[in-house]
Amino acid sequence: MSSLKLSDKKISDEQLVEIVEAAIFVAGKPLSRMILKETVLNEFNVSLKRIKECLETIEVHYSTRGIQLVKVGSGYRFQASKNLSPWLSKLFQDKTPKYSRALLETLSLIAYRQPITRGEIEQVRGVAVSSHIIKTLLERGWVKGVGHKEVPGRPALYATTADFLDYFSLEGLENLPSLPEQQESKINQMLS
Amino acid sequence: MILETDELPLAFLNGKPLVEKPADLYIPPDALEVILETFEGPLDLLLYLIKKHKLDILELSVHTITKQYVAYIELMKNLKLELAAEYLVMAALLTQIKSRLLLPVHKELEEEDVDPRVELIKRLKEYEQFKTAAENLDEIPRLDRDIFVAKALISEKVIPEALLPIVDMKDVLLALGDIMARAKNYTHHHISAETLSTRERMSHILQQLSETTEFIEFSSLFKINEGRSGVVVTFIAILELIKERLIECIQSEIKAEIHVQLVR
Repeated sequence: MSSLKLSDKKISDEQLVEIVEAAIFVAGKPLSRMILKETVLNEFNVSLKRIKECLETIEVHYSTRGIQLVKVGSGYRFQASKNLSPWLSKLFQDKTPKYSRALLETLSLIAYRQPITRGEIEQVRGVAVSSHIIKTLLERGWVKGVGHKEVPGRPALYATTADFLDYFSLEGLENLPSLPEQQESKINQMLS
Repeated sequence: MILETDELPLAFLNGKPLVEKPADLYIPPDALEVILETFEGPLDLLLYLIKKHKLDILELSVHTITKQYVAYIELMKNLKLELAAEYLVMAALLTQIKSRLLLPVHKELEEEDVDPRVELIKRLKEYEQFKTAAENLDEIPRLDRDIFVAKALISEKVIPEALLPIVDMKDVLLALGDIMARAKNYTHHHISAETLSTRERMSHILQQLSETTEFIEFSSLFKINEGRSGVVVTFIAILELIKERLIECIQSEIKAEIHVQLVR
């Protein structure tokens, strides 16, 4: 293995902060540390650890401002502080998306039970899942087919994506609200 | 959405007027279609009925619920609304559970199959769990509703730079292999002028032989340090001289040294 060695230039902490900050602002999508390292920082000799420290510096810097550096599923992005939403939402009134219960229930099942087949979703919901819903979820990039279940018919298995996490501003699936508890013990009690 | 009305001929079930209607379930025909869309299937409807009666799922009174559920279904059928098959399946299941409860329990059979109520309760609880999860998901801050991404514009003068990928040595070698294979199609058999002339060598041999009257050893005519081609040229020259009857070869016995001399 021989690779062209580009990453040998030195960079000061101040310059690093400037480049990373500007890159995240203009990228138009969340940037991960690895993407930063391979794109805007590819000429420089910076470790992922140093990029992390740089991101922390930026985070602290913005902590008293109207925008914040936030880590979501696919990387870091700047977003308006949550407590400003009531005012900011006035700018986007016509854009506010609303989703049907059917879509949200389907999405919840995929999020909490992934990888899951359409049949399994239907089993829990008690109704057929319309193709339209799956199509919408796929088009929005929130879910994707991740394979096929090895049962007759080989149905597609669905899972959520990094875009899903980005959309709900979650760092990972573990940040989803915990699933409401089921009280199994009572069932047995009732049947005795 | 749901209206309380006085005694109105509601519907006809099997020719009989339906008087005993579920009090809280009378839905004006125009609203029915809307209502049907409001429920996310039979489990959702059942949950609604249970909640309406402030019942715990676990204290599910099959009798009451079945009655209400079936009444609801009949109502929709009488209004000629196309019912999703799932609603009818649920009605059948409820009826099955109800009939089962009316029949005397047979000890031996009881052990074999599971109480359908257990399955129904399990499904209701599971559905309720995800119904709540969906409501929670709806509450999570989301993009363009609760979260607004901050972005800056980049000068239009910035020319996108194509990032050059790092090339692996293996790929370089594979590319070379490709080129070599293609180059092979263009190879010629190069015919170049002999650097060693057979004619010249013939003269040389004749001169060597003319210097003496004695036989010369065949092998002494070759200069090994000329390499393969030198040896070949010398050999061809000798053959040529033999053919032209300028020299002759003799051999005293088989496998013995060959001797060469001029033809006199």
